[in-house]
Amino acid sequence: MNADTTRPRGSLWRRLAGPQNRTLWFWVFVGPFALGLIAFTYVPLGWSVYLSFFDAHNTVSPTDFVGFGNYTSMLRNDAFTDSLWTFVVFTAFIVPTTYLLSLSLALMVNRVRRAQAFFRSVFFLPAACSYVVAALIWKMSIFNGVRFGLANTVLGWFGADQTAWLSTTDPPWYWLVIVTVRLWLQAGFYMILFLAGLQRISPTLYEAAAVDGARPGWQVLRHITLPQLRATSVAVVLLLVINAFQAFDEFYNLLSDSRGYPPYARPPLVYLYYTALGQGQNLGLGSAGAVLLALIIAVVTIGQARWFGLGRKED
Amino acid sequence: MTISRRALLASGAALGLLTACGSNTGRDGGGSGGSGPKLAQWYHQYGEAGTEEAVKRYADAYDKADVSVQWRPGNYDEQTAAALLTKSGPDVFEVNGPTLDQIQGGQVLDLTDLFDGVKDDFNPVVLAPKTHEGRIWAVPQVVDMQLLYYRKSLLADAGRKPPATLEELVDTARELTTKKVKGLFLGNDGGAGALGGTPLYAAGLRLVTDDGKAGFDDPAAARALAHLRELYEDKSLLLGAPSDWSDPSAFVQGLTAMQWSGLWALPAVEKALGDDFGVAAFPAAAPGARPAVPVGAFGAAVSARTAHKRAAKDFVKWLWIDRTDYQRDFALSYGFHIPARLSLAKDPEKAAPLSKGPAADAVRFSTENGYAEPLRWTPASRVAYQDALSRIIKSGANPSSELRSVLRKVSAELARVKKKSA
Repeated sequence: MNADTTRPRGSLWRRLAGPQNRTLWFWVFVGPFALGLIAFTYVPLGWSVYLSFFDAHNTVSPTDFVGFGNYTSMLRNDAFTDSLWTFVVFTAFIVPTTYLLSLSLALMVNRVRRAQAFFRSVFFLPAACSYVVAALIWKMSIFNGVRFGLANTVLGWFGADQTAWLSTTDPPWYWLVIVTVRLWLQAGFYMILFLAGLQRISPTLYEAAAVDGARPGWQVLRHITLPQLRATSVAVVLLLVINAFQAFDEFYNLLSDSRGYPPYARPPLVYLYYTALGQGQNLGLGSAGAVLLALIIAVVTIGQARWFGLGRKED
Repeated sequence: MTISRRALLASGAALGLLTACGSNTGRDGGGSGGSGPKLAQWYHQYGEAGTEEAVKRYADAYDKADVSVQWRPGNYDEQTAAALLTKSGPDVFEVNGPTLDQIQGGQVLDLTDLFDGVKDDFNPVVLAPKTHEGRIWAVPQVVDMQLLYYRKSLLADAGRKPPATLEELVDTARELTTKKVKGLFLGNDGGAGALGGTPLYAAGLRLVTDDGKAGFDDPAAARALAHLRELYEDKSLLLGAPSDWSDPSAFVQGLTAMQWSGLWALPAVEKALGDDFGVAAFPAAAPGARPAVPVGAFGAAVSARTAHKRAAKDFVKWLWIDRTDYQRDFALSYGFHIPARLSLAKDPEKAAPLSKGPAADAVRFSTENGYAEPLRWTPASRVAYQDALSRIIKSGANPSSELRSVLRKVSAELARVKKKSA
């Protein structure tokens, strides 16, 4: 049966539904997601901006307008500015290390003749592990501070003293724990991206280079592989930076305790979580911090995209 | 026909997705009994076996309302704070507070009238932080305290007595530290979180004075906190233990000779070590000052958004004021707490487990050396102080200058809450 014969439809309905009901189907499929996006992203976002102009302790419908008071006190708050520095340091560590590690893994796996699928899966598997679980394993069994922790046992073989990895600020051993857990979790994922990039490079380029006398190894890597991977590299670096901005899980699970969070290695999201959603419930101040953070992320991402020439036509 | 079926499926699925969110308001389920209005009561998760069954039993025994108990694991303070913003939160809830901002924001109900005739029977130290401008905002359920556990045998081997001053604690901890056993465990963060204001009280100071000023603007504060740095520098502190200070595992497993922990840990310590342990207050941190122990109380509060104000208050009065038998059972049968009612805590028969050995010492500390964090010591002040304490202990920051910046922040915060109550 044809749908048109079962129900009479006016011309308005026809126009709204579009040719072959295409508009209708567009909204059937996109509508729920658009609704979700509005209800769970845009409305909270707007509300957060609204809250940031009020003294909103323990309330989401504040009445005490304070203008830019929350913003100035957030910018003058050294705990917040320190948290931004923490983020900068973390990014400076994690982006290059993940980039190098995943690229080298990809180059190695790509050269393996046998059992390539096996190695690919093995290196990718950690990406399926939850940040919370990994952080707890790192904290409780590998890098705990007592003599029977894995790292301390290994050090003990060489006669070294036990180290409290997460509690030592001089030298800042906690960075070792934080960076390695994320490295382990995400290197495999970016390796897959690089592998895809590597397999797209035409073998004729390598053959031509060999004919021209390029030595295999560094010279080929420098002049053929890396330039051909440019698009992949840009995507990887962008993703890495954005992920670093969103870092929360491993920091929170590694360093927080029942009484709060230490003043070091406290990235912005963790600090704002404690300000707005902890016992303090200072939602106005927390929102102001979140808006500032969002602005910074926007500026950094746009700057990065322009610098890398993202979206420009490849030549 | 195919098209209409698809449309039906698609819109059905979309509707299903939408209705799947937000139906669990926690108003039903859990223990229930009695008739009358439905009340939701929240507790944080107690570690001891039997506590959850006990509170459900109490709720079932109440016949004037249908009380359902919710047992909430995880970040309880954050959960209640968020739930109080909505109508779907609890009617009656347990709270480690309420905070001054919750009281000033009108999120909890005034419970002063429930205390008619029994106010003097509540431990005044823990009742004070539940009181704001003469009104009481929560009924203390049980008193908890923290104290120092030490191994008698290890101290005797080293020829040392339980430390009476902070200097002695530093020396003893250094002496007891060996390759395998650390001298003292103050928490994996080096003590900043667990100790909090305790060293200041042990130096004869306080966090907030009665007239609402910061109470540690004194050189003795910096001197006391500098000793904590010594402990860290001497490498006498156990750090990075698998379980934190609130759990006695590190102490009973022999990772440390002394540990700062809670009274709740006492049964586990006694079971593991027999009588080879003693308890002490945090030792005096200034000449002429007295040792100090922090005491606190979870209280039962009523959400201001409850639909049944009268019924919720009646239930709180019934359980936490009238039914002293349940209060005794709750405090002493599962975990190990001091009853908040003096008539229960001081009665040698009703509170038999508290009348001998280290437990009796602990109860004595709680009355003689106990202090409770004042209500005006808000979370913002606590974070500022705790950050500074962590920097002093771990990074060797200058105690005087760190305390000066804490004083600045705390004074601003105190001025804010004062302005709000005016």
